Amino acid sequence: MSLLSASHICVRFGAEEVLHDVSLSLAPGEIVTILGPNGSGKSTLLRALLGILPVAQGSVSRAPGLRLGYIPQRLMIDRTMPMTVRRFLSLPARVSDQAAAEALARTGMAGHEADQMTQLSGGQLQRVLLARALLGKPQVLMLDEPTQGLDQPGEAAFYRLIEEVRRDTGAAVLMVSHDLHVVMAASDRVICLNGHICCEGTPRVVSTAPEYRALFGLGTQGALALYRHEHDHDHADEPHNHHHHHHDHTHA
Amino acid sequence: MLDDFLTRAAFAATGLSLATGPLGSFVVWRRMAYFGDATAHAAILGVALALATDLPIGLGTLVVALAMAVTVASLAAKGWAMDTTLGVLAHSALAFGLVAVSFFPTVRTDLSSYLFGDILAVSRTDLALIWGGSLLVLALIAWRWQALLTATLNEDLAHAAGIRPDRERLVLVIALALVVAVALKVVGALLIAAMLIIPAAAARSLARTPEAMALGATAIGMVAGIGGLALSLWQDTPAGPSIIVVAAALFALGSLRPRP
Repeated sequence: MSLLSASHICVRFGAEEVLHDVSLSLAPGEIVTILGPNGSGKSTLLRALLGILPVAQGSVSRAPGLRLGYIPQRLMIDRTMPMTVRRFLSLPARVSDQAAAEALARTGMAGHEADQMTQLSGGQLQRVLLARALLGKPQVLMLDEPTQGLDQPGEAAFYRLIEEVRRDTGAAVLMVSHDLHVVMAASDRVICLNGHICCEGTPRVVSTAPEYRALFGLGTQGALALYRHEHDHDHADEPHNHHHHHHDHTHA
Repeated sequence: MLDDFLTRAAFAATGLSLATGPLGSFVVWRRMAYFGDATAHAAILGVALALATDLPIGLGTLVVALAMAVTVASLAAKGWAMDTTLGVLAHSALAFGLVAVSFFPTVRTDLSSYLFGDILAVSRTDLALIWGGSLLVLALIAWRWQALLTATLNEDLAHAAGIRPDRERLVLVIALALVVAVALKVVGALLIAAMLIIPAAAARSLARTPEAMALGATAIGMVAGIGGLALSLWQDTPAGPSIIVVAAALFALGSLRPRP
């Protein structure tokens, strides 16, 4: 049974075809990562699956009554808008204080109800966005580059959290990333996208928390190999070299 | 009680604030200040239309303000450079309106009442229209409140939750045109946008939630209305601008306080 699927979709911006003949399907409980360089149409694909962008060809289908949680790439809240974390969790559906507190505790943000959204750090904001998405009891979680702007430990912790959520709630997860860590950290399946689907498959290594460090390098190599051998476009200007296996916590 | 012109004026200002508080908050959050200006300035053109066709002034204003607001909203949706486009539209609407009303000698003598309002001449009928229109706007915004807030925060987030951001934008556009039509008599075409923005901006520093800001903007608008009338009576100053002067003073006071 598939929760969400796209069948041969094409998306155009004017005359430019951003996505060509993309098909994918998401089964319950699986974590799928869409990987690709900047401008490869990853976010476009997510937005087409959400119904925000119209598809020029093909079709998107959802299981009837599908509950979908979405975490956008960036949430820029205008400083003129006062908004506490608690109030944000009640948008658009109002939730009880208890449900809000539980969701915040689930994502490691317990007790932050009264904080202003604009004062949160990047990592805290992502956790609040995740808490809000979880309140809708989603069957599918969609995340668009969820760890942009986080440091490496923050990034690792966030993906661990996503895995826990999947384990506890059984939600399927569809993530977009240009970041190879994701492949190693959490995914059941990886889709390499560059306007079309270049390749698709199971990453060789799936990490669990204790082996995280050990898997770091191995996972990256595996992902890099996967990443390189089947692309038929030139991504020479994509910087991958910041994903080496040694940590030097200079930013900490 | 409503026999006294000052009482009627005070009720007019209070009624208008019911709508301008919440709507003004959205104008601030969505950075629609110029949008408000363009729509309000179009009201003068609406006056000319009403006089030419023998329609009630309020109706003519509503029709033209709505046309302007819808035009601006659809240009924005097509991705026009809004700052320049709105500047062009706002000022041309005003200029065209002023030229058009100059063909009607009765208005010519009375032009400043359309530009700056004539709150001291509010009749019982005007009062009914102001309260009716304001309550309608308030009801519209209250009905769409959760969806409007979500769409204002992030359109994609709204979309994913099954909300149509374009539809919510239309709600605000209609509300704005209604407010322009009822506010013309109170503060005039030139100061309607000020009545939307200044109380909301003043409430920002006091509020921790959107609801608190909208309520605060309403309260500040009411205080500015009463205070402005008092100032006008005391110093014999024009009432509409006096209301905005008090609102601006409240804004200045509020901005001395650090944001919560």
